[in-house]
Amino acid sequence: MSINFSTSIGGAFFANPIFTASGCAGSGKELSHFFPLTSLGAVVTKSIMIKPRSGRATPRMAETPSGMLNSIGLQGPGIDLFLENDIPWLRDQGARIIVSIAGESVEDYAVLARKLRNVSGISALEVNISCPNVENRGQVFACHPDTAAAAITAVRRNIGGELPIIAKLSPDVTDIALIAESVITAGADGLALINTLLGMVIDITSMAPKLSQKTGGLSGPAIRPIAVRAIYQVRAAFPKIPIVGMGGVTNGRDAFELVLAGANAVSIGTATFGNPMAAIHIKNELEELCQARGFSSFSDAVSYAHRVEE
Amino acid sequence: MINSRAVQISAEIISNKKVGAYNHMVFAVGEIAANCRSGNFVAISVGGSSSSLILRRAFAIYRASLRSDGVGLLELVIAPQGSGSKWLVAQDSGDRVDLIAPLGTAFGIPKEPINALLVGGGYGSAPLFSLAETLKARGCRVDMVLGASTAGKIYAPLEGKRSVNSLTITTDDGSAGIAGRVSEVLPALIKEHDVDVIYSCGPMAMLEAITVISQQADVLHQCSVEESMACGIGVCMTCVLPVEGDDGVIRMTRSCIEGPVMDGNKVLWNRSREIPDGVWGK
Repeated sequence: MSINFSTSIGGAFFANPIFTASGCAGSGKELSHFFPLTSLGAVVTKSIMIKPRSGRATPRMAETPSGMLNSIGLQGPGIDLFLENDIPWLRDQGARIIVSIAGESVEDYAVLARKLRNVSGISALEVNISCPNVENRGQVFACHPDTAAAAITAVRRNIGGELPIIAKLSPDVTDIALIAESVITAGADGLALINTLLGMVIDITSMAPKLSQKTGGLSGPAIRPIAVRAIYQVRAAFPKIPIVGMGGVTNGRDAFELVLAGANAVSIGTATFGNPMAAIHIKNELEELCQARGFSSFSDAVSYAHRVEE
Repeated sequence: MINSRAVQISAEIISNKKVGAYNHMVFAVGEIAANCRSGNFVAISVGGSSSSLILRRAFAIYRASLRSDGVGLLELVIAPQGSGSKWLVAQDSGDRVDLIAPLGTAFGIPKEPINALLVGGGYGSAPLFSLAETLKARGCRVDMVLGASTAGKIYAPLEGKRSVNSLTITTDDGSAGIAGRVSEVLPALIKEHDVDVIYSCGPMAMLEAITVISQQADVLHQCSVEESMACGIGVCMTCVLPVEGDDGVIRMTRSCIEGPVMDGNKVLWNRSREIPDGVWGK
């Protein structure tokens, strides 16, 4: 017996709820060497900006207990080359595509939305307003309700049509439900929870920060309980909003935990660095686990930890 | 693109022996062995399923061969420095590891017999012995220089020495060979052996020094770079360094995909912790 494993995010349909996490799979080319991208619910592409970006100097990475810090700095080719090369390639693979965008100003988000509005073959837009690596006079859009809303409003006004907008939020805030409320009011159709947390490692031999940028985003199993908490809190506040959950998911059990907390889909990030097949293993294990717990449909398991026992 | 022959397998450890400061480990890898070239690397999952070590470890391939019974073997020389490599060398024969190979680029092999100088720093000598054999089989003259901080960190097995015309050893503390760094002996060796191509593998500072010498002497320089990696398969964007492409544009380039073997003259050696001027997208 198989279960109905499909899911939807703001009107976009996906055959299964396992996605890549932006920045952890490039545009899918490397992973396609290990499995067909059609076996994923969606490929979420690395956050793209308007112009080409070199990213940061090395060292960009530090392994931490059950996690890692990164300060890649959104290295990428810029939106024009991305649309010319990556999107046609992904379409040829038959992959479901969620494009992730990142900007340094409200106007950047507006420009990116206009560039994407007439591109065919895209299922949804992830708006990365929470990347802690981007210089913005020390500000991060996602850390204040007004600036978070401003970025989402810019995308909403310029994207047109039916393309769902997923706002990716930072857990580095006092009240994540407040930020969620703000971006939902601004027109977000869904939320991606959670981005990395800002962290730091000091090398005790050199007695200096390990990363060239000093701080970096913490990811991996170390942050999973924070993801579960954030998803659970936002789900409790917004029973209907679609949530793409992520944060340290390494196996089917972890994915199921995020689903029970309220995730309608689960993105796989850092686990892919340890195992290129991670997303596929997690997909299979999650499906088995949903079945073993007696769910005939994946959507019945979503938010199940919120149920009130009679 | 990723090495088209890369495969992920569960590989059995055939042997694990301590050699000086290093461990020589042999894995049964089946058909992968025939696809490995000198310069390629492997990425191994460490720590077991409940480990807090979540990232793959990259190791240069020391040798890939076929055993007489047809089993494909892959040999590595591991320096047990970090927690991942310490875990790996603590595994026994018969244990299995999750391994992806071959990854990355390989040393270019000339069609004509040339005079080659192979330079290794520390365990950076690992990929050079199989390269020496290949070059020898092509009729090349092969001279080798190995350097390390101290004698115990020179990896130069007997069977490796057979495939070179000469072996020069340098140590920082003078405990073996010539006291000093490899770069100090290179200019004379380049002249003496009329070297056409330098092949190198080792710490980045050494590769940078060799690049300067190779430019002064006007010889080609293929180097295997060492940037720390999180994935080894091109998705994490951690192992980048500024490299000039065929189109003249300098990009932050992944050493796991377009390396580890690169043209030393195309690398912008940079230890400033800043992106150098002129890099695309800075």
